[in-house]
Amino acid sequence: MIEFRSVTKRFPDETVAVDDFSFTLPSHRTTVLVGSSGCGKTTLLRMINRMVEPTSGQVLIDDVDVASRDKVELRRSIGYVLQAAGLLPHRKVVDNVATAPVLKGVPKAQARAEALELLDKVGLDRSLADRYPRQLSGGQQQRVGVARALAGDPNILLMDEPFGAVDPIVRADLQLELNRLQRELGKTIVFVTHDIDEAFTLADQVIIFKKGGIIAQAGTPAQILAEPADDFVATFIGADKGKRDLHLQQRTGDQGLTLVVDGDGRPVGILDGAGSPAPGGPDPARGQVTRA
Amino acid sequence: MRLFLQGLAWIFDGSHWQAGAQSPLPIQDRLVEHLTYTAIAIVIAAVIALPLGFFIGHTGKGRQFVIGFTGAMRALPTLGLLFFLLMVFGYFLSYNTAPLVGATIAFVILAIPSMLAGAYSGLESVDRQTIDAARANGMTEWQILTQVEIPLALPLIVGGIRASVLQVIATVTIASYAGLGGLGRIITSGIGLNDYSLILGGALLVTALALGMDGLLALVQRATATQGLSDPTARRRPTSATKSGTRTHA
Amino acid sequence: MRWALGNLDLILGLTLNHVRLSVIPIIASLVLSIPLGWLANRNKTLRAVVITGGSLLFTIPSLPLFVILPLIIPTRVLDETNLIVALSIYGVAIMARSAADALASVAAPTLDASTAIGFSPAARFFRVELPLAGPVLLAGIRVVSVSTIALVSVGVIIGSANLGYLFQNGKQRGILAEVVVGILVSLLLALLFDLILVTLGRLLMPWNRGAGADGRLRTRPRRRAPAVAVGGAS
Repeated sequence: MIEFRSVTKRFPDETVAVDDFSFTLPSHRTTVLVGSSGCGKTTLLRMINRMVEPTSGQVLIDDVDVASRDKVELRRSIGYVLQAAGLLPHRKVVDNVATAPVLKGVPKAQARAEALELLDKVGLDRSLADRYPRQLSGGQQQRVGVARALAGDPNILLMDEPFGAVDPIVRADLQLELNRLQRELGKTIVFVTHDIDEAFTLADQVIIFKKGGIIAQAGTPAQILAEPADDFVATFIGADKGKRDLHLQQRTGDQGLTLVVDGDGRPVGILDGAGSPAPGGPDPARGQVTRA
Repeated sequence: MRLFLQGLAWIFDGSHWQAGAQSPLPIQDRLVEHLTYTAIAIVIAAVIALPLGFFIGHTGKGRQFVIGFTGAMRALPTLGLLFFLLMVFGYFLSYNTAPLVGATIAFVILAIPSMLAGAYSGLESVDRQTIDAARANGMTEWQILTQVEIPLALPLIVGGIRASVLQVIATVTIASYAGLGGLGRIITSGIGLNDYSLILGGALLVTALALGMDGLLALVQRATATQGLSDPTARRRPTSATKSGTRTHA
Repeated sequence: MRWALGNLDLILGLTLNHVRLSVIPIIASLVLSIPLGWLANRNKTLRAVVITGGSLLFTIPSLPLFVILPLIIPTRVLDETNLIVALSIYGVAIMARSAADALASVAAPTLDASTAIGFSPAARFFRVELPLAGPVLLAGIRVVSVSTIALVSVGVIIGSANLGYLFQNGKQRGILAEVVVGILVSLLLALLFDLILVTLGRLLMPWNRGAGADGRLRTRPRRRAPAVAVGGAS
């Protein structure tokens, strides 16, 4: 459990990134902080592992104030994935993954063996272990970033727009992979993004921010989609434009395929089977359909 | 061409390498002096400049100082600095030690800017995201410096040392004009005696030494850029203030 | 100070000659480096030849270069021409790379657009490429100017009468003030030349004014490319 208690962050140039923010993030769930740039979401994320110190207020992990813990030791106990992966370019993939355990004193051979298992886990071929980061594609680098964050089996995973720099197809792939991993691992994930679709895809709980770290709405994706708290949220999730307003349509010449169409009449997909959602498939409440 | 061959012939004349040959010979003694002065100055300068450059590069404090300092040092005439220090130390040191101390200090002062700039700009060139990630992964500041910043900056750090070495080799050559040993002695003797083969032999020796050291350090520099650092996608473009930029000539 | 007042004529004469010896190489290196920089951007091989060649020439220490030159050009050892040619060689060695970088720094879309508008290749080079390469060229020529002025004084060893004479004479006669005056005048000269170049740059490239300051405000300082770079293994 991660708890923010009236946290404020004022930067030296007097901009207020976060003002009197209080919220509790549940354990073993994925909480996605979403908002446009400058809304303070990254600042909040970075307060959890003390990459940013709050000007006032407290951040607690399982009722222990992080300020009372040693910075370095705290960071080693928390996984962190960044946008550009932030891998060490002069170290091989396997050594990048083993960074945190080696820092903690795990023997190198053991840390490497565990790193190889983590590569399996994030869906990377072991043959990539001896490559250098720059020899990998952007998507592969991100997977290494996730594997590195998972090394040492931290309870908490902080993810700062980790899939922001990869192309949409790879991103969708990584999102599904993360959902699969999370079902398996049950970490407490805090995920920052500006992409509301990504938020709805990954989150158990979504927090939508306005400027200055003010919560516009918090809830499950279904709750937010069903009842946007105000116009800001409605605009943000695209409900005002009818983007989420889906209905079925059958057109002549489609051999009986059922088209899913949004509020603007724009086809967004086709429905699997005879009109009933496929098991384990898309959840209509999230506005997700099989991609056309 | 004839004169060039004459210079070469002078260098390869065995009698010029004979121990006990008349001053400024034998050649190897002058060569050893030249290298000794250079080595001493480079080591002292490294002890001062590298930690300072690392501090500035790591903390970002004092970067204006480095830029201003290296720029100002470029304007300092080496010969003037050398003679100034020789005279100042001549006032309170003995006739024997003053030239050595004064000249060494001049060499060190001239060697510092390139090394400082190399260390500082090397660290500064490391991607901020890499450092941020290293910190977020729980590296201490010391570990970030020694395991991330310095290894990644090594080619530029060695580049700074390389420029310093060349600077000092060149300045040592001039220092012989003020009575110090080294290969420059052969040239200045030649000018004094109006002996062309002596002048050219000395000049070729110094040039060979400089090119040789430059090549050697270029190899070291290449070796420090490990496989992971060579970026296949983006060729690193040299900035406008290039290698030659930080080095004043002597 | 008293020494300086008593020897104003000497100082002035030496300074003027120092200026003359500096100006020629500075201009020569700018003029010669532009075609070299243009060549260097034609293909990889030419680039390697120009950059490596420049770097090797710059590696030769000054005193040996001064005395080797008479082998290559028809001068005598103790001739000021050697000094001017040597300084020009160093200047070109620095500037060729600067010019190559400067011309490469011009954005490709701008060049494409100029061609599309109807500039002939020559007009495009002189009226678009060269002016836009100006800021980087200016940075390079400032380095050349400062180091040339500092270097001229070494020429006293081969008999050139410049500010270096004050170092030599001061050392021989034991007048520390003379050496100090030489250093100070040399520094002032470097500063003056730099100011002139910066002013010329502002007059000739009005579009560039303030651009640097703005960029600095927007980017975080630590993220900027290194302001001082050293030693690319060329």
